[in-house]
Amino acid sequence: MSGFTAPEIAWGPMTPLLVVLLAAVVGVLVEAFVPAARRRTVQLVLTLGALAGALLAVAALWSDVERTGGTDVLAGSLVVDGPTLVLQATIALLALLSTLLFADRVAGGEDAFAPSAAAVPGSDYEELARRKGLRQTEVYPLLLFATGGMMLFPATTDLLTLFVALEVLSLPLYLLSGMGRRRRLLSQEASMKYFLLGAFVSALMLFGIGLLYGYAGSLRYADIAAATTTPNGMEGLLVVGALLLLAGLFFKVGAVPFHMWTPDVYQGAPTPVTAFMAACTKVAAFGALLRVVYGMLPTMAWDLEVVLWIVAIVTMVVGTVAALVQTDVKRLLAYSSIAHAGFVLAGIVALDEAGITAVLFYLLAYGAATVGAFGLVSLVREQRTGDDDAPVVLGEATRLSQWAGLGRSHPLAAVTFTLFLLSFAGIPLTAGFVGKFAVFSAAVEGGAWQLALVGVLASAAAAFFYVRIIVLMFFTDPQEAPGVAGEPAPGLTSDATPGVTPEVTTAVEPADTVGAPAVAVAEPVRAARTTVAAGEGLTAVAVGVCAVLTVVLGVAPSAVLDAIASVALLLP
Amino acid sequence: MSLTHYLVLAAILFAIGATTVLLRRNAIIVFMGVELMLNSTNLLLVTFSRMHGNLSGQVLAFFVMVVAAAEVVVGLAIIVSIFRTRRSASVDDVNLLKS
Repeated sequence: MSGFTAPEIAWGPMTPLLVVLLAAVVGVLVEAFVPAARRRTVQLVLTLGALAGALLAVAALWSDVERTGGTDVLAGSLVVDGPTLVLQATIALLALLSTLLFADRVAGGEDAFAPSAAAVPGSDYEELARRKGLRQTEVYPLLLFATGGMMLFPATTDLLTLFVALEVLSLPLYLLSGMGRRRRLLSQEASMKYFLLGAFVSALMLFGIGLLYGYAGSLRYADIAAATTTPNGMEGLLVVGALLLLAGLFFKVGAVPFHMWTPDVYQGAPTPVTAFMAACTKVAAFGALLRVVYGMLPTMAWDLEVVLWIVAIVTMVVGTVAALVQTDVKRLLAYSSIAHAGFVLAGIVALDEAGITAVLFYLLAYGAATVGAFGLVSLVREQRTGDDDAPVVLGEATRLSQWAGLGRSHPLAAVTFTLFLLSFAGIPLTAGFVGKFAVFSAAVEGGAWQLALVGVLASAAAAFFYVRIIVLMFFTDPQEAPGVAGEPAPGLTSDATPGVTPEVTTAVEPADTVGAPAVAVAEPVRAARTTVAAGEGLTAVAVGVCAVLTVVLGVAPSAVLDAIASVALLLP
Repeated sequence: MSLTHYLVLAAILFAIGATTVLLRRNAIIVFMGVELMLNSTNLLLVTFSRMHGNLSGQVLAFFVMVVAAAEVVVGLAIIVSIFRTRRSASVDDVNLLKS
């Protein structure tokens, strides 16, 4: 037996990751040892502190990485180079803003999460938990674990670590999706769909990893890339393995044909969770995709380019076309996020250095607008007059028809939402424009001008439905909201009658939702007015920061672009 | 028996698992299909590990077992909570979310 030699571990470059994951573990202990009344405060301080700490750690590592080009920790399990730092900073920042959305108590001191996620919706136990003011503070450690996984996911050049990071980021998200306070049936359904599809796709991806290992005899990207240069008669394993691995990554970024879960999960999950996963998961998964395509499969570029091209084009087109006919704000934003995945893919297909900078910038711009937009969606609420003539704030008003006239009743909220929509649409002077410009020009330089053309056309078509919302908010009276936008979603408008069981959908039996309650439900919903709830101000702060980011990155992007470009070199 | 047989067996098990996921209607059974896919991959990894004469594949197989256990915890929690609400674990019944 030879003696075991402990590996040299460079702890320094791992700090951003360690801070977040350690705080997550401490968060679990907090759940066990801190009295219930103070748990929320402690968890909130811990979470915000950890994410801010991660940002500081990235800043501390920056100059070193800029000088040396990066460090390789544990022989490739974790690579701390420029793109890693940029992505980790982006994820930590967006997670920080999402934490504010998580924590805000908008309606009557109630946050977005079920008082007790294990309680059966509509049961006496749930009502009791609600009246006792129980809180599911486990959401904060779950958020931190997911963030830790996301920060590891794009930082690894090792298939083993890639798989573990994928699961660490996914499992908390499955749970978070199912913890909605209102519309719990939808929330649980979203959770189940996300979980079953996510587990299926990660199994596919794992099989792909197995095949790649069989081909190359190693799990390191660099070794696999080296093995692809010398044919050994097992190319079938390589091609199938690479395709299955890409399938797993496409699922996480929500690219066609693995996008089916996106609208359902984005709509059903509690809105703060939607904001978090729409922004951060996409950043992490595109980072990982960037590293796989550039680091592991460059010699296969010729074979894979066809796949990437088709996926990019179909994703842009399907996302845009499907978004045109949506009647629900969250679903619409979900389809728009699919279209955005296609735009980023166009930048990745470019396969040149400018592409890396462009993709990293685009992810930051898209993430800021996404967190802001979903943050506002979580504030736009239905309001009804209660028993004592005091207005009662209810669940979120997510149907587009309910947004009509918002520009007149709540101009500030409407203007801010307009800003995010313009950024999504890629109108100049917003961050989205700079991002799109960078991505498409990288695609043109990389010889993929057809992709850029499709992207520009899709953006033009997408501008139509963004502008439609703007028109709806500013130039439509609430009464004369277009019928098509108000297509009732029977049973889904939930929230039943206030005071009885406000958290439960009217339809506990799925069969009931088909037709019968449509009429009964439509009436009280129309009576409810749409308002912008104030909350505790945490959401407003997050939305404000996102708005400032969107404007600043749009007006003066050169500082950030230069900073990213100076480190945009992937270590093998 | 050559090592290739193990690979074929792993591929067959994986295909059975994938078919189970796509065709069965009960969420628990679907989930078992996923587990079968993960375990067939373990067989694949261990076989390749033997063929290449290094341990990476076996190490990954251990990680897969740990991850599968964590996935069971999360998955069953979700499925049970849905079952207690709807008295059904059929994936066809979860159809409230539609465009």
